[in-house]
Amino acid sequence: MLLTIENLHKSYVAGGIETAVLRGISLTLERGESLALMGESGSGKSTLLHLIAGLDVPKSGQITLDGQIMSEPSDSKRAERRRHLVGLIFQQFNLIPSLTVAANIAFQAQLAGRHDPVWCTQLATQMGLNAHLAKYPEALSGGQQQRVAIARALAAKPALVLADEPTGNLDEDTAQSVLALLLEITRETDTSVLMVTHSAVHARALDRQMTLRGGIIAQ
Amino acid sequence: MIWRPALRALLSHWWRNPLQLFTLLVGLALATALWSGVQAINAEARASYGVAADRVAQGQLDQIVAAQGQKLRVQDFAALRRAGWLVTPQIDGALVVAGQNFRILGIEPLTAPAVTASQNLQDLPLDQFFSTSGFALVASDLSEVATNLGMAFRIEPSLSSGTVLLDIGVAARLLDRGDTVDRLILLREQPQSRPPLSAIAPHLERIAARSSGDDIARLTDSFHLNLTAFGLLSFVVGLFIVYGAIGLAFEQRRAMFRTLRALGISLRTLIGLLMAELLIFASIAGLCGIALGYLIAAALLPDVAATLRGLYGADLAGTVQIRASWWLSGLGMAIGGTLIASAGALGRLARLPLMEAGTPQAWARASRRVMGWLCALGVLLLLIALGLSSTATGLVQGFILLGCLLVGAAFLLPWLLDRALAVMERISTAALPHWFWADSRSQVPGLSMALMALLLAIATNVGVSTMVSSFRLTFTGWLDQRLAAELYVTVESTEQAAQMRTLLDGRVEAVLPIMSAVVQLNEQAGEVFAIEDHATYRDNWPLLSQSPQVWDRLQTPGTALINEQLALRADLSVGDLVPGAQGQRILGIYSDYGNPAPQMMIGLAPFRALYPEVEAIRFGLRLPKSDIVNVTQLLTSRLSLPQGAIADQARIKALSLGIFEQTFTVTAALNILTLSVAGFSIMMSLLTLSQMRLPQLAPVWALGVTRAQLGRLELLRSMVLALCVTVLAIPLGLALSWALLAVVNVAAFGWQLPMFVFPMSYLILSGIAVCAAVIAAAWPALRLARTAPHQLLQVFSSGR
Repeated sequence: MLLTIENLHKSYVAGGIETAVLRGISLTLERGESLALMGESGSGKSTLLHLIAGLDVPKSGQITLDGQIMSEPSDSKRAERRRHLVGLIFQQFNLIPSLTVAANIAFQAQLAGRHDPVWCTQLATQMGLNAHLAKYPEALSGGQQQRVAIARALAAKPALVLADEPTGNLDEDTAQSVLALLLEITRETDTSVLMVTHSAVHARALDRQMTLRGGIIAQ
Repeated sequence: MIWRPALRALLSHWWRNPLQLFTLLVGLALATALWSGVQAINAEARASYGVAADRVAQGQLDQIVAAQGQKLRVQDFAALRRAGWLVTPQIDGALVVAGQNFRILGIEPLTAPAVTASQNLQDLPLDQFFSTSGFALVASDLSEVATNLGMAFRIEPSLSSGTVLLDIGVAARLLDRGDTVDRLILLREQPQSRPPLSAIAPHLERIAARSSGDDIARLTDSFHLNLTAFGLLSFVVGLFIVYGAIGLAFEQRRAMFRTLRALGISLRTLIGLLMAELLIFASIAGLCGIALGYLIAAALLPDVAATLRGLYGADLAGTVQIRASWWLSGLGMAIGGTLIASAGALGRLARLPLMEAGTPQAWARASRRVMGWLCALGVLLLLIALGLSSTATGLVQGFILLGCLLVGAAFLLPWLLDRALAVMERISTAALPHWFWADSRSQVPGLSMALMALLLAIATNVGVSTMVSSFRLTFTGWLDQRLAAELYVTVESTEQAAQMRTLLDGRVEAVLPIMSAVVQLNEQAGEVFAIEDHATYRDNWPLLSQSPQVWDRLQTPGTALINEQLALRADLSVGDLVPGAQGQRILGIYSDYGNPAPQMMIGLAPFRALYPEVEAIRFGLRLPKSDIVNVTQLLTSRLSLPQGAIADQARIKALSLGIFEQTFTVTAALNILTLSVAGFSIMMSLLTLSQMRLPQLAPVWALGVTRAQLGRLELLRSMVLALCVTVLAIPLGLALSWALLAVVNVAAFGWQLPMFVFPMSYLILSGIAVCAAVIAAAWPALRLARTAPHQLLQVFSSGR
């Protein structure tokens, strides 16, 4: 089992009032498996993704990724595990505006000490970015930027790709092609994918679908 | 090795935003330059005082000098040595050779304790030094003209500017002193059983160890404290630029920080990397600033040397040396200042919710939130300043008052501007003016640091220029009163004085003797002067307070006038007894600018009774101005008086005013530098902010306002903001000036000055400040006017 989540709880306190966002989530994900996470806004999808990535810590419960505990309190340890195990893709791309496309793709792999120039070039080719490697993100279209973000996420050969509405900012044609590329490469590399999406069509492209409602798994 | 790519990513922001990097580095370098320049001057001055005290033993050892009107001869030196007194002679005088001024200091190396103990002079070629042809040690600044002395010489960097150290015999010959010397320095250790001075040489008197020494140290410390305060102010103004640049860069990189964290960089690593980045910049800018500071110090040091010599009689070497004390302090300030300026941004980063979307506008919003707090703190500081204005007495309290006043007003500024612009926004009904005021108001938080810097710079300019101009006006008037005599003559003996009186009989209106003696007043070395009953004094002498019939009563024994310094330090007023004197009661207090020592004036007859040994050899002559040339020629031809023995009033006034002007050259230069730094701060703030302005301006452009119009409105905005700041800076500057004149000057120099206001110069300064702001805004406005339409359109695309 690549990912195991046990009885995960998370709440936020605002104005002295505690609001539960996740209320006892448990799930598992096999190596190479892809899972679509759906649900209404505020249902806790992104929070769950952030907790799996170790960007935040749960109130209770445990997350184990590839044998490593991602819910552990040390920020440094979570950061190190995230670096090596997780590839993150955001709706807003979140590329580093001051780095070229090539440098952005190689960036996380360099951080993880796994930079493989051949693999990076191959990813860029598959993503159709070869003509843009020397450009800065601002010169690319939204679809191109998201492809750079996918390449960056995959360049470090992570065990799990966490994608938070990766097609949310793209038109339908572009979204389809970007998603197809993501799934094609993750399948080739036996990389697991957990993707938050609002689109049932996109969700069906993944191996499994799951819906969150009010902080619990509805189906 | 995760730090390497992460640091590269962080640094890539600067690579892509070179203007911002330039702002940060230049701001920090300028701040460090002004600080380290001032510190270099201070370090040089302190080293010079130390050298002077150690080497020539003038500062720390007792001296024996001739009583007024008497001579100190080589025979007196021999008699004292024979009697067991351990003394060493010195000659001190000025020599002009081929148009070059030399200060000649003659010493006797075998008996001069500090000189022979000095490391540098132990290899002194004594055979050459004692030779009749002479051997000179000359100060560094004389290296190119020392050949004019016509003797072998060696450069001695530690000597004071313009000084030539010679064997006393050679010095006596050059200065034509015959067998007289100026002073005998007493060694610290003296035999117990030696006879008293009065038994060996009753015409000589002993002056306690630098009676003026403590005074000089205190006064020069005051001067250096003033300089340091200026340096610190400039540093703070520069630091505002750094704070702005760092704050903006942090906000612009918020998304990058979030991405880096998402990609596996821990918060600790990220903060560590940012600190490393800042330390790299601080070190680079600090070193550039130190180099710049060296140049500033080298440029200003001659004026500082002239000031210290003119005002306090303290000597200073004329060249700046690279001393660890000031360059380390400069580097420390650069690094410390950067860390302080970035502390807020780093703190915000540490508390930043990891996934919160960040925009540069968040920076401005955060600034708006702190505006209220700053306003409250500003009011508190101004209240403290108000309290201190009536109670502050010492120098430290004076500077606290200045600090509270300036910082309090600066903190209040954003709130005041916000309120003023809100009023304008409310009363504007047309769309574009309404938007203009609202938009200007929204710019205040982002510009607040630069505007505060401008406020401080203008207020300092107003304050210091008011102080200097008030001083100049008072000083000029005072000189006119004090230097009432048309000619001042020094003769060599009482016989020559008698000849002069005979010669001038019927040719001049009055011959007024100027006689003085060295005395202890209020436990400090001071002087007592004799004053003849004459209309010259009755009509002109500047009295600050007086008793009735002061001039009539002054000629009776037991009465005196004292200078303001003595009155302020000993807390004396009319009717009190003069402490340390022979029971004189104070009839009046006179202003005595430029003199650090206590002084007293008594009638001529009582003076002669108290000091019979003092002979009248200096005189002030009253005569019609048209006769000055004739009388001067008569005195030089008939009495063979040298040129230097006769000084006319105009020359002395010119000399005094020259010294005065030099005194404030340094403050004027620092004023201009501070204003320049503030102008630079505005330009850089506007430039960096202009990068965030597109989302605000694009909709206005889309609604029909041309880019050129937007550019012009940007210029207008800068002009309005600068004008608002100037309007607030003038009263602040006047308050600053009052504090300088009424508190700091009294504590530092011992005299109080009346304050004058100069509306025309404030108007000119306001014009300059507004022009500077418009010039600073011109580049950003031009960039805006030339912004390509596609850049503005991008604002509406989904990418943003």
